[in-house]
Amino acid sequence: MQIDKIREYQATIERACRKLGRQINVMEVCGTHTVAIFRSGIKSILPKGFKLLSGPGCPVCVTDQSYIDTVLRLADRDDCIIATYGDMIRVPGEGGSLETKQARADIKVVLSSEDALELARANPEKKVVFVAVGFETTTPATAVAVREAAEQGIENFFILSGHKLVVPAMRALLAAKNNNIDAFLCPGHVSVITGYGVFGEIVEDFGRPCVVGGFEAMQIMEALAEICTQLATGKPQLKSMYPAVVTEKGNTAALKIVSECFEPADGYWRGLGKIDKSTLKLKDKYSRFDAAKHFGIAETPGREQAGCRCGEVLCGLIEPPQCGLFAETCTPDDPVGACMVSSEGACAAWYKYGRKVQREQ
Amino acid sequence: MTTKKHDTVLLAHGGGGRLSDTLIRKHILPRLNNDELAELGDSAKLDLDSKRICFTTDSYVVKPLFFHGGDIGKLAVCGTVNDLAVAGARPIALTLSLIIEEGLAFETLDKILSSIGDAAAQNRVRIVSGDTKTVEAGAADKIYINTAGVGVRLPGVELGCERIEPGDKIVISGTIGDHGMTIISQREGIEFESQLLSDCAGLSELTCELLENAGGIKFMRDPTRGGLAATLNEIAGAGRVSIEINETEIPVNPTVQAAADILGFDVLEAANEGKFVAVVSPDRADECVSICRKHPLGADAAVIGEVVEMRDVPTVEMITKIGGRRIVQLPYGRELPRIC
Repeated sequence: MQIDKIREYQATIERACRKLGRQINVMEVCGTHTVAIFRSGIKSILPKGFKLLSGPGCPVCVTDQSYIDTVLRLADRDDCIIATYGDMIRVPGEGGSLETKQARADIKVVLSSEDALELARANPEKKVVFVAVGFETTTPATAVAVREAAEQGIENFFILSGHKLVVPAMRALLAAKNNNIDAFLCPGHVSVITGYGVFGEIVEDFGRPCVVGGFEAMQIMEALAEICTQLATGKPQLKSMYPAVVTEKGNTAALKIVSECFEPADGYWRGLGKIDKSTLKLKDKYSRFDAAKHFGIAETPGREQAGCRCGEVLCGLIEPPQCGLFAETCTPDDPVGACMVSSEGACAAWYKYGRKVQREQ
Repeated sequence: MTTKKHDTVLLAHGGGGRLSDTLIRKHILPRLNNDELAELGDSAKLDLDSKRICFTTDSYVVKPLFFHGGDIGKLAVCGTVNDLAVAGARPIALTLSLIIEEGLAFETLDKILSSIGDAAAQNRVRIVSGDTKTVEAGAADKIYINTAGVGVRLPGVELGCERIEPGDKIVISGTIGDHGMTIISQREGIEFESQLLSDCAGLSELTCELLENAGGIKFMRDPTRGGLAATLNEIAGAGRVSIEINETEIPVNPTVQAAADILGFDVLEAANEGKFVAVVSPDRADECVSICRKHPLGADAAVIGEVVEMRDVPTVEMITKIGGRRIVQLPYGRELPRIC
């Protein structure tokens, strides 16, 4: 019975909490995990001494404010069409958001980089800028579109790369002195592409358990129980609890095309600042598709909205209700910070699924 | 003099002249097949056998116009029929207003009109009056439809939020999210191994059957835009109560669930076009479900939760499959697929 299995995992987690005699903090670094955890009510069945922290796993949330402002400025240009994933259009920045600009600027919501490329083909008189954000899961698709544009000689297609790598961010979090992270629930989707092997360095260098989990409530609980077992025995390990789809080496074809088009570069993250070799920029061979280069955009750190504590939320230092704006001036209908915008953001998920439960505790 | 045959709708088809006449007599009337409409009077004259009526209106702007399981025409009839049905009325007559973008192919228009005729016949409502307007290309997206409907309230049936009280059961007439996930998947061009099908259907036969034979039904609503999540929040708010639902009891088609998971949607928030939620007194809930299940449109009906005392604000809470709890909120107004 499913519910019996859940009880078993719960018991394992409780035993670990008792044995360690302190609070256990596990960070998930994937927005889909964040939503799945809230949607399935996992937080409500975990013992008090066990805390799940939502880390920098939502692509919209980790995107630095300067990037958002750049996109908004490009949207104001008459010669540009902005092609973006749906999540991005409500992020506020300089002079509004893509949503508020949609009535007067040419902004198209696309589901894939391929749709953006199609827009470029259909509108040869315009420059189509694809808002290329996301982790290892979306980068291969961007790379495919860039290569296709090169092969077909499409001159009016550009990408503004905001692509990011998960592992450098995890390292940056652990390198911070005030971090309180005991272990990572590693992202299932990212691991499908990268292979779970990439998290090995976190276990080796920082001694933190890294366990890849699936997205069903049962799979998440199983991964959390595994983490607790490792913490209780003091033996941190790298383990995939998602063996049906995640291999050690990942999707080599996808990784190959990414490395053909992109190279790691230092870059800015919301809340985490500049992290070495943590973002991806187009290689010289493809630099003519680089919107930053074409439009002469210099990368500078963005200014956060006043009072917004998204950065601390993303680092697991505070929980969303500890931010003074949460549910007051910052709501999903009228968001101030990025974490309230995306459905996968920690603040939005907390607002949507957790508010009342939290209040009653 | 004969008029030239056109393949597409022209602005002049809405101009009140000969072309308008062709549009009405050649395309609309034959497909709606109805003597009252054929009189083409300024108003329809109705003789109703009761003074207790329900009257409603709704506009339809769906994209794509044709989707698996229905089209904008069927939707325009069923949607208004359902608004009357869940108010406890037997639908009698509809009006039909078409706003057509210049350039729409007559082939498309004819298909939609035939579908309207079929849906009206199936739901035993007459389309008794109507209007057509054409707008220039770009001023509308192919076709917009408005229907208004009048129905006679069933004798002895009084539905209202004020009757809802703690202990009442929440009944859903079938699987949720079918329409919403069909439309979104089709819009995004995503195909699944087994076909997603909109549940678009008129519910009045089922609701009349239910209201005439099962007692204890206090309130009904069709969970269209915003899905079950929006409807339950509306019910809780209007009734000043809280609602607790059980995830394991909510019927969901596995393909719909898969589509929602892939696109990052909450199936509770996906639209339905052929379902109703009923609030029923606890002693009558099982009877209500068994009457529903005898009807093809209620085959998957189930009790999914109950009304509980409100603590500080009306809240909808769900007990999840793993025995956890979470809030079910009123969704934000726009559905955005997630990035990965």
